Amino acid sequence: MSDTREQFRPTDHDNEHFLLTTVVGSYPKPEWHDRARELYEADDTGFDDDDWEESKDDASRVITHEHERAGIDVVTDGEMRRNEMVEYFAHRIDGYEFNGRVKVWGHNYFDKPSVVEDVEYDESWLVEEFEFTDEVADVPVKVPITGPYTLASWSFNEAYDSEAELAYDLADLVNEEIEALVEAGARYIQIDEPALATTPDDHAIVGEALEHIVEDVPDDVRLGLHVCYGDYSRIYPEILEFPVEEFDLELANGDFEQIDVFKEPEFTKDLALGVVDVHDAEVESVEEIKDNIKKGLEVVPPERLTVSPDCGLKLLPREVAYEKMANLTTAAREVEAELDAGEIDVPASE
Amino acid sequence: MTQVVATTTGLYPLPDGAKDELANLKGHQRSDLIDGTEGEEIVSAYEQAREDVIAVQQAAGLDRIVEGQLRWDDMLAHPLTVHDAVETRGIVRYYDNNNFYREPVVTGELTFDGDVSAELDAAADLVDDGLQAVLPGPYSLADLATDEYYGDQDAFLDAIAGFLAEETGAFPDVETLFLLEPSLVTDPPADGGERASEAIDTVAAAIDADVVVQTYWGALEEKVYAYLLDAGIDAVGYDLVSDHEQAIHNINEYGTTDDVALGLVDGQNTRVETSAEIRERIEWFLEGTTNDFETVYATPNTELFYLPVNKFEAKLESLAGAATEEVDA
Repeated sequence: MSDTREQFRPTDHDNEHFLLTTVVGSYPKPEWHDRARELYEADDTGFDDDDWEESKDDASRVITHEHERAGIDVVTDGEMRRNEMVEYFAHRIDGYEFNGRVKVWGHNYFDKPSVVEDVEYDESWLVEEFEFTDEVADVPVKVPITGPYTLASWSFNEAYDSEAELAYDLADLVNEEIEALVEAGARYIQIDEPALATTPDDHAIVGEALEHIVEDVPDDVRLGLHVCYGDYSRIYPEILEFPVEEFDLELANGDFEQIDVFKEPEFTKDLALGVVDVHDAEVESVEEIKDNIKKGLEVVPPERLTVSPDCGLKLLPREVAYEKMANLTTAAREVEAELDAGEIDVPASE
Repeated sequence: MTQVVATTTGLYPLPDGAKDELANLKGHQRSDLIDGTEGEEIVSAYEQAREDVIAVQQAAGLDRIVEGQLRWDDMLAHPLTVHDAVETRGIVRYYDNNNFYREPVVTGELTFDGDVSAELDAAADLVDDGLQAVLPGPYSLADLATDEYYGDQDAFLDAIAGFLAEETGAFPDVETLFLLEPSLVTDPPADGGERASEAIDTVAAAIDADVVVQTYWGALEEKVYAYLLDAGIDAVGYDLVSDHEQAIHNINEYGTTDDVALGLVDGQNTRVETSAEIRERIEWFLEGTTNDFETVYATPNTELFYLPVNKFEAKLESLAGAATEEVDA
């Protein structure tokens, strides 16, 4: 795979080194946008389709710019148009039906869909979101897309003989969507597979599904895979065989206890390292984040290190989410400068 | 002739109205979950929900009625997470599911608590006949928890078994007790299962009711299975949804209990089995074994909170419908 990282280096980047900074995707929704959804979903409020479209556009614009202000190199719109990472897609795929909410934990529920017949591509998933974000952003845009294994695994499967077969069919649909995204100009696509952490023994299914996804995707498109909250020793080193360029991993939440997993055998992909915890409302200091970034340098050299939060930021208060991003980019730029000055050892380069 | 008794494994989904009401009363954060000291409004919301799910079971025609375990925010870890000698820490994954519970850390002596018996007392007021208790089996409860008091694994398992036995001793009259033991399958005991079997025996001996040990997410390893049969229990529960072949193999190789529970309905899939399908599966099982069972409990394989309410209710009806007549072996 060719090096796709340089195209994201900002033209006014001050340092020789470039630690690509990005986010995993979701971001807290502005309160007025939540209120707009309530009005839209309630009866007889007079809040119509046009009003709701306007609210989504406004929220997308505001949050895209919020990422830019925080100094993030490759941004998202915080997924302002999406409600949830499986539901959103299932609503757009033929073959799914919804029966009601199920528990995730405590009083947190999700409308887990059921696959009741063969899945088929119906309406576009993310092209509109990408085109709008790309239009309003001055910097490159990343597209997070829920992976086929997670779409299969976090659904009830009533129609397929196995979850794997469902995942492969869904992978073909993801491939179709990615082709449309690439056509629209997307160059950085992140496949989200959090379900891999719940059932690590299925890594071969995820790998096979990814083969379906990457078919005919041009070389200059950067493909990443995001995994979080699992026992990584159960999927490493097998995941190195996956046809993606970058792994985006949650590690700050567990105080980097699992970082050693990726040192042996050698990590041969790019590492997008989670350096701030999205389940802790305390904002990490720049110094703390710099120390976290340096832990990434124990695994990969700087030219293969991407810096991001552990996971989507959506559960945090919005000001906390912003501060975390701002400190993350400050820390990354300071580490770059120190690397330029030769002040930091890079264990992974030795 | 074998009597088919339709029942469930408990841990029901909250009725949808109660989902919203309790989310509003309690909140969405880790610190908002049940700790056994909930106030009047929350208590009354759960009372209403309990009444609802008992009525649903009675209307469906189930032979055993469970309390529903609607308060069990931490699923099978609940009896510990409400205990005074237990601290709850981070949110951890519940087996290989997209579900999470608060990690219970035992920091003191596990004395009698009475939380579960209070729920059963409330249910007993609404159920004239066929009340069934549900508890985590001692091995699974120990597996879901962290010990910072007893010091070694064996002592911890014994303490958990003693604690559950004491809780069980305070129950009102119940017909049946289901001990849910998924960890026996997912994380089999290193010693082969002798101590787990003894722990189960301790709990079973504390109650004058039929005791069923429900195993799921696969079949037991052979050695673990053989040890389990040493415990003084009335029935082993087999997950025929996830691994029916190995279940039959274990039975034909090592024997079984006089009664059995069969996990025939998938607790984690919305596809609703018909009563006829359930009966076919029972008949398939009876044909594949040579025993004369007195009672076959027809059950879901797992807990039921994984399901949306409409499918959960439909599955109860199918189970009840499958148990209306006797079957021939």
